[in-house]
Amino acid sequence: MFDESNIVVGLEIGTSKICVVVGEQNVDGAPNIIGLGQSPSNGVRKGEICDQEKVEHELRTAIAEAEQMADVEIRRVYLGITGGHIRGFNNRGKHPVVSADREISADDVQDVIKNAKAINLPAENAVVHAVRQHFFVDGHAGVTNPVGMLGARLEVDMHVIHGHANRLQNAIRLVKGMQLQVDDVVFNGLASSLAVLNSEQKEIGALVIDLGGGTTEYVVHLDGVIRHSGVLAVGGDHLSNDLGHGLKLPLSRAEKLKREHGNAFVLDESKGQTLSLLNDFGLAVKTVNLEQLQRIMSLRLEETFEIIAHELEQAGFTDYLRAGVILTGGTSRVPGIEKLAERIFQMNVTGGHADNVGGLTAALDQPEFATAIGLVKYGALKKRRPVPPTNFTDGIKNVKNMFGRLLQRS
Amino acid sequence: METPTPQPTLLDIPAGPLVKCFGVGHTGSLLLAAVNSPEFAGADFIAVDTDSPAAAKATVKIHLENKLLRGLGSGGDAERARALADEQFSTLKAACEGASVVFILAGLGGGAGSGISPVLARAAREAGALVLAFVTLPFECEGNRRESQAATSLDALRAAADGVICLTSQKVFRLVDENRGVLETFQTVDSLLLEAVRGVWQLLARPGLIQVHFSDLCDLVRDRHAENAFAFVEAAGPARAREVIEKILAHPLLDGGRMLAESDAVLVSLTAGKNLTMAEINRVMDHLKHQCPQAKIIMGAAVEAALGDKLGVTVIAAKRTAPLPTETTVRAVSPRGGLTLPAALPLPDAATQRSRPRRAGAKLVQTQLPLSLVSRGRFDKSEPTLHQGEDLDIPTFLRRGVMWQ
Repeated sequence: MFDESNIVVGLEIGTSKICVVVGEQNVDGAPNIIGLGQSPSNGVRKGEICDQEKVEHELRTAIAEAEQMADVEIRRVYLGITGGHIRGFNNRGKHPVVSADREISADDVQDVIKNAKAINLPAENAVVHAVRQHFFVDGHAGVTNPVGMLGARLEVDMHVIHGHANRLQNAIRLVKGMQLQVDDVVFNGLASSLAVLNSEQKEIGALVIDLGGGTTEYVVHLDGVIRHSGVLAVGGDHLSNDLGHGLKLPLSRAEKLKREHGNAFVLDESKGQTLSLLNDFGLAVKTVNLEQLQRIMSLRLEETFEIIAHELEQAGFTDYLRAGVILTGGTSRVPGIEKLAERIFQMNVTGGHADNVGGLTAALDQPEFATAIGLVKYGALKKRRPVPPTNFTDGIKNVKNMFGRLLQRS
Repeated sequence: METPTPQPTLLDIPAGPLVKCFGVGHTGSLLLAAVNSPEFAGADFIAVDTDSPAAAKATVKIHLENKLLRGLGSGGDAERARALADEQFSTLKAACEGASVVFILAGLGGGAGSGISPVLARAAREAGALVLAFVTLPFECEGNRRESQAATSLDALRAAADGVICLTSQKVFRLVDENRGVLETFQTVDSLLLEAVRGVWQLLARPGLIQVHFSDLCDLVRDRHAENAFAFVEAAGPARAREVIEKILAHPLLDGGRMLAESDAVLVSLTAGKNLTMAEINRVMDHLKHQCPQAKIIMGAAVEAALGDKLGVTVIAAKRTAPLPTETTVRAVSPRGGLTLPAALPLPDAATQRSRPRRAGAKLVQTQLPLSLVSRGRFDKSEPTLHQGEDLDIPTFLRRGVMWQ
């Protein structure tokens, strides 16, 4: 058996599938993917659980599969969460430096962070993440560590991701009910962006769009920090539903057609083309216009991108994302989707690969696993094992750091 | 925008009584009685019924009767009433003779209203009048038969009249308290319809600063009226423009502004006293434009000294619906025809069946039964994904009105 402490497990309860990824941390703390379990999901709509029993059953299958593959027992997981109720916004905290010599101390930094987290949320909402951006000393921007600097006014920007507390609890309670410990909950969009971006991309600015089954998450990284995030409860399911509606087909059939003949554009060669659908006996029961099929998909995807592009424009990021747009998630497999996104965002668009983690390459190359892999990465970053203390004072420092971290989390 | 100088209106053309108001059936007669007020001076009021239209306060009463009915009325059978009206087509046509505009008021669902109205509309058109019908649809609890009769009649009426404005009675549930009496509820429906008649009347009869022509109105209501909504709001005082906007957005018949977001044509008429300012018009229109980005907006403004400090706004919003029977398609090329819309998708409109309100406000909300409407498929039971008033769960191609052969 492995030493349990270096196992990190990411669990994503998605709309189309439940996915468990097991990672093992090496001595440096970098994760290596050693196991993968998945199960089709039927109890989730738009990223939120609507049938607990089904999800429990499917989750058990996925966990068992991952345990078998990685040869570990899974006890704790990092849980990915999403849903249309999740919002992200930036908040600025202020703190006057009161010490006589105007030197900024670690306590001042703690205080200003605390102030930045004191935000006015509706009573039923809870904070999922509060991510620190940059400090300002006397209005001077771009300070990453102000301790030891001189100044009278310390400010900090925070990116706060929050959601409806009860709806977040649904997933957490279900996982806890299965005797699994939840180490932390992570916003899916954040996890995906961790999986597909390298530090250079985060620095020069990138937009990650995770096109999932029931929801689409988007996160903007710029100057090494998260600047913007959001969820649109529209995903691959909507494509299938539109097709089912427009072509008058059952959902399962629409889903299959989407995978086999879908495209983000109406191709010239499909104009006037029809597809014959066969029944169980091989007889043609219905013909479907291929042009119509592709137009329905194209319109939906175009609309989704337009909504995101519009929001980005309002937030004023359009001209700063030099690494362009990175698409991930299962729906990003639709052929031509990158070209469509390029047309709408007027930026370089690429498909995301989780290539900065080691391990099972078969899993790493597929966009639908980006979130779960990102969860493992998030867990590994948080769990990076502290260096064993060499003497007593170092030990004290470590304990102090731990408290510091706890404070930062709370 | 047109020139602000007052122009002679349609109704100013000096030639006898030009407007004839028909109340058809029992409901129609009641409505007619309500309309027949000094405000509508200059119009002829005619009641048409299979029963003796004694209750009607009308200048002319037409009693359709033959041996088959034995004095018992149509017995709620639209077919019988229609046959009777067909038989006495010439009488109806004669009654319409000389009118340039005919208003038909009726409650669809029963016998006389459903059966006679389409025939009357046809007769009026043959007599050379423009026809605008104001009808109510029955409550859902009134049963299948009335509902189907109303639907059939509405289709026929659409085909025969220049424009139909219809009020789904079911919507009125949102306006009235659950504990209200039946009589009062029916009165509310009638008064709402009356408001629409008055709004249209004012549009046409008052000298407008910014003129709305009858053909504009017909453009709006033709071909897309299965689900049109109207609202009339009034406010006074220095902040009246803002108040009016708030009232429109909160109006139950507009589904808290959602009807506006989904409509594809909106007619707005502003009336106020002499102190109406351009800034107020601008403010109201700006907000409405923002609310209905996809709609073609027709606006009119009029000054009426009698209103004093009040500002009244009438909004009629129309939503595209299923294509009409072929009869209309033929009519659409007739010389009188106004705007012909591209044939909408052969799918019923999905938007009306969302059972959840957009905002969980303190308003009284009556959920609607999803009748003869498209389901949201996979997302039927989940919370709708709303983005700027649009339900993203409804297929994009439907919302954008993309069509194909």
